[in-house]
Amino acid sequence: MGAGALAAFLAQRTVKAAFVILGVVVFQFVLIRLAPGDPASVIAGQSGAADPLFMAQLREQFGLDRPLWEQLLIYLRDILTLDLGFSHRQQRTVASLIGERLPATLLLTGAAFAFALIGGVALGVAASRRVGRPADSAITVIALTFYATPIFWVGLLLVLVFSVWLEWLPSFGMFTVGADLTGLAHALDVAKHLILPALTLGLFFLAIYARLARASMLEVADQDFVRTARAKGVPEGRIVRVHVLRNALLPVITFAGIQAGQLVGGSILVETVFAWPGIGRLAFEALLARDYAVLLGVFFCTAVMVVVFNLVTDLLYAVVDPRVEVA
Amino acid sequence: MAEFWRRFRRNLGAVIGLAILALIGLTAILAPVLFPFSPWEMRGIPFMPPGEAGFLLGSDSLGRDVAAGIAHGTYVSLLVGGVSTAAALAIGITLGAVAGYAAGRVDDAIMRFTEFFQTIPSFVLAVVLVAIFTPSISSIVIAIAIVSWPPVTRVVRAEFLSLRSREFVQAAEVLGRSRIAIILTEILPNALSPIIVLSSLMVATAILLESALSFLGLGDPNLMSWGFMIGSGRSVIRLAWWMSVFPGIAIFLTVLALNLVGEGLNDALNPRLARRRGALPA
Amino acid sequence: MSLLAIEGLTIALPPGGERAHAIEDVSLALDPGEILCVVGESGSGKSMTASAVMGLVPEGLPVVAGRIVFEGTDLLRLPPEDMRELRGRRLGMVFQEPMTALNPLMTVGEQIAEVFRVHGETGDVRGRVLRLLEDVRLPDPPALLGAYPFRLSGGQRQRVMIAMALALGPSVLIADEPTTALDVTTQMQILRLIRQLQQDKGTGVLFITHDFGVVAEIADRVAVMQRGRVVEQGPAGRVLNAPEHPYTRALIDAVPHGRARAAATGGGEVLRLQAVRKTFRRGGGLFRRGTTVVAVKDAEFTLAKGETLGLVGESGSGKSTLARCVVRLVEPDGGTIAFHGTDLRRLSRGAMKPYRRRIQIVFQDPYASLNPRRKIGDIIAEGPVTHGVPRPEAMARVRELLRLVQLDEGAIDRYPHEFSGGQRQRIGLARALALDPELLIADEPVSALDVSVQAQVLALLDDIRHRLGLTMLFITHDLRVAAQVCDRIAVMQRGEIVELGDTAQVFGSPRHAYTRELLDAIPGKHWMPPARAA
Repeated sequence: MGAGALAAFLAQRTVKAAFVILGVVVFQFVLIRLAPGDPASVIAGQSGAADPLFMAQLREQFGLDRPLWEQLLIYLRDILTLDLGFSHRQQRTVASLIGERLPATLLLTGAAFAFALIGGVALGVAASRRVGRPADSAITVIALTFYATPIFWVGLLLVLVFSVWLEWLPSFGMFTVGADLTGLAHALDVAKHLILPALTLGLFFLAIYARLARASMLEVADQDFVRTARAKGVPEGRIVRVHVLRNALLPVITFAGIQAGQLVGGSILVETVFAWPGIGRLAFEALLARDYAVLLGVFFCTAVMVVVFNLVTDLLYAVVDPRVEVA
Repeated sequence: MAEFWRRFRRNLGAVIGLAILALIGLTAILAPVLFPFSPWEMRGIPFMPPGEAGFLLGSDSLGRDVAAGIAHGTYVSLLVGGVSTAAALAIGITLGAVAGYAAGRVDDAIMRFTEFFQTIPSFVLAVVLVAIFTPSISSIVIAIAIVSWPPVTRVVRAEFLSLRSREFVQAAEVLGRSRIAIILTEILPNALSPIIVLSSLMVATAILLESALSFLGLGDPNLMSWGFMIGSGRSVIRLAWWMSVFPGIAIFLTVLALNLVGEGLNDALNPRLARRRGALPA
Repeated sequence: MSLLAIEGLTIALPPGGERAHAIEDVSLALDPGEILCVVGESGSGKSMTASAVMGLVPEGLPVVAGRIVFEGTDLLRLPPEDMRELRGRRLGMVFQEPMTALNPLMTVGEQIAEVFRVHGETGDVRGRVLRLLEDVRLPDPPALLGAYPFRLSGGQRQRVMIAMALALGPSVLIADEPTTALDVTTQMQILRLIRQLQQDKGTGVLFITHDFGVVAEIADRVAVMQRGRVVEQGPAGRVLNAPEHPYTRALIDAVPHGRARAAATGGGEVLRLQAVRKTFRRGGGLFRRGTTVVAVKDAEFTLAKGETLGLVGESGSGKSTLARCVVRLVEPDGGTIAFHGTDLRRLSRGAMKPYRRRIQIVFQDPYASLNPRRKIGDIIAEGPVTHGVPRPEAMARVRELLRLVQLDEGAIDRYPHEFSGGQRQRIGLARALALDPELLIADEPVSALDVSVQAQVLALLDDIRHRLGLTMLFITHDLRVAAQVCDRIAVMQRGEIVELGDTAQVFGSPRHAYTRELLDAIPGKHWMPPARAA
């Protein structure tokens, strides 16, 4: 597609993304108002229940004495200027808490996604080349297994095996506390801490991508243009690489976009299991403390992450598939 | 029906899945008979390994029977999975049918709404919903239903959209049948197979979601559940692995069985997709 | 010695099927520079024969006997790598479905160049691709190099396919129904192109088709296949004009014979269309305007009692849309559709209902037009029951109708999948007739059927039409069928009726250039099937 069409496509997707984010804010607003108790007490949860001054501050901030639509505008203005509220428990703004934790989550989800996508596609392709043979069955069974296993439980089992029994890998945190490593040593230390959480989060999605890639490869292999390639005398290896694989990847990309939300959601569980200092762990801590300002902040942040991720997959799709039209 | 069963049986995995599922259902029914006491009751010494002191699957940090907890938790998992799926199907089928049949602007509006719910991270949303509306079995069911209906809407809409333009539906239109009659007798029966397959997978996903919520401490505080058991065994995993491992196996088996049955249903209901060979080329 | 010789070839089918072999004891010979047409109905094994030569028989269908000798070697004994080298270099193939035969993610240039690359030809690939695009008469070859297939029409894609098949100058071209998916004018262009290139390069062509018109147009020699066997072969003129085998004779008899008949004397006016318009809008959003397609533009015609009007045109001409406007499956944007003086377009859904029973429609696709989950009895009784006929009475009517369309009464309790395409089409006809309509719309009712079945359904339709005194609007893309069935003909092009007249006049002295073009494109128009034996 031409540069103009691509720009129009991206502009259209960006507007759509903006609407989704706007929708999330309105949704949160409605949610807080539907919950039992007034919005201030919902947001304060237990963290501020005993502090009348904080409650008064919250009521002021929400403009609770004004009409509902003005409250919505105030809320919109606050969130869109990244004023996500204040955590009474931690005595810090929610935005700064999230900002501090976000890099760890991005590292974890990024690593898990890369592992799942590359591994899943490789396994799916391998299985599709050996339909009905033992290797295919084995890959199918593995995929089915990880698809059916609760992610936090996989984490616990990996801890049990690799940390408790074999003592190969650390099971806790993002780096060795007190070691004060720098440079390469620090990076290696983080990488070592990353392996188990990334594996845990990635295996579930690896299973999904493997199943999808296998089905997609088989479907494309049946299509007319593959027969055309064969009739041209194209060698089998090149048929798989050039004709089948490229077309088979399209649904995988689409699906990865749709599943971005699940990936981010899964990181809450994984960060909880491995005490990984990301926003998922932050959400868990907020849950324990009933610190709902933080919880809603994390929800907003994950929604933005998903929207951005979707934009990236849309772009990728547009680059790969010449047929993309403004839908 | 006989034909359906014959095709279903050809898939060995599906038959195994069905057997596991029957066993799990039986456990849920028989739990009060097998373990005629509350799963919260302390029955002996804490941290007993499996097989010792009368604990088939060991005891937990408060001396509660892990096996009893798993048996009683079966009921909770199946209940949450079933009810939330039914609710999600009700929302999803209604919206999808309206969108697919009406097409045009109505369709656009409904699909934007659906996409919105599909984009926002579902698990985080479920966590927020349950936390804000205080954890209970009903808030959990509602939260799971709210995050699981979008795929149903998409599938039903796609089916309706394609069936609507099918000639037999147009024939019914030309015969002068009412819209309701066309939807109920011409379109819906033909859209049923993907819905059935999808719903078995949705029950599995709902069970996984419930266990994850309970794991984070968002389960119904009055009901024993598998996720809660894993969550409470997490911090003592070095000491008592069985507290976390056995409930996890229960979840795994249930979800696996549902997935296997789903695949079997898919093979049986869409025979042409299941095996694409045997047809004579023209 | 012939260029390609298939000797006693037998390919098995998986056990438990309808028959044991896909093809059985097939022997064919192709000489350099000749076109051999293999003709047969669906399931005759003609495509399987073509695939076998290319070594592309689907897995699980073993060759159990025979040889395929090409330039002195038996292809069936060739190692896979040698066979691969032959494909594309010495043997080229073109398929039926041009819309799906090209890789959507590769440019036209890349796909043609691939033929050279995989056969180790690296010299001046770009220049050779450009020359090929010129050879197949595609416009603006340099621009086409970087174009993706989705930008091309079906006919253009088929030209690309031909360019690829002929890239390395193979001595055999296998064409498997290469024009079946194309419109009639495009079909003629592709047939002429194949003929031209084949003569220029002396290629032997194995041409698979189901259409005797195409055979008459292009074949030097003909082989007729039935149920996996070759039942007759010989020079085209002999087989077409003096068929020996009963099956060949039956097939040729079934070809619509295009002899225009005398127009029926018109009765009172049943339907009058005036200035009917329909425009479809697609896509569109915040940043781009959607595309609009004018499907029907100011269509006008009248239909008198008892006559049959043919709506003829290529795909996309708007003929089906216009027919659907009459039964309000498509809501027209403007104009009047007067049925006995009442403008149907202005009626509400409820007010339309009484008219529903007077206007009925028969659809094209016998596989999509019956609800797979309902029994035949219920499908046919649906109309009467909807209009208040008590069920027992409706079922009695169903039995009567089944007899009328020559089906067994036992069909009542069976499901659509138990019937063949032709039988389903009769069921669809019975459903439409169940309401005793005055006006019957037939939307390509025979185009999805094999030629022999086509003939039966057309005969049935004709018989019923006379017996019940039906008025009919008959939509078809096939001019031979139109000539056989219709009293008057309306030719549509891009949403407009460009010519309307008696069948004899339209065929005999067409006034509009497009009509002449269409008539000129009828394959084998100079061939008149021999008079029926009986």
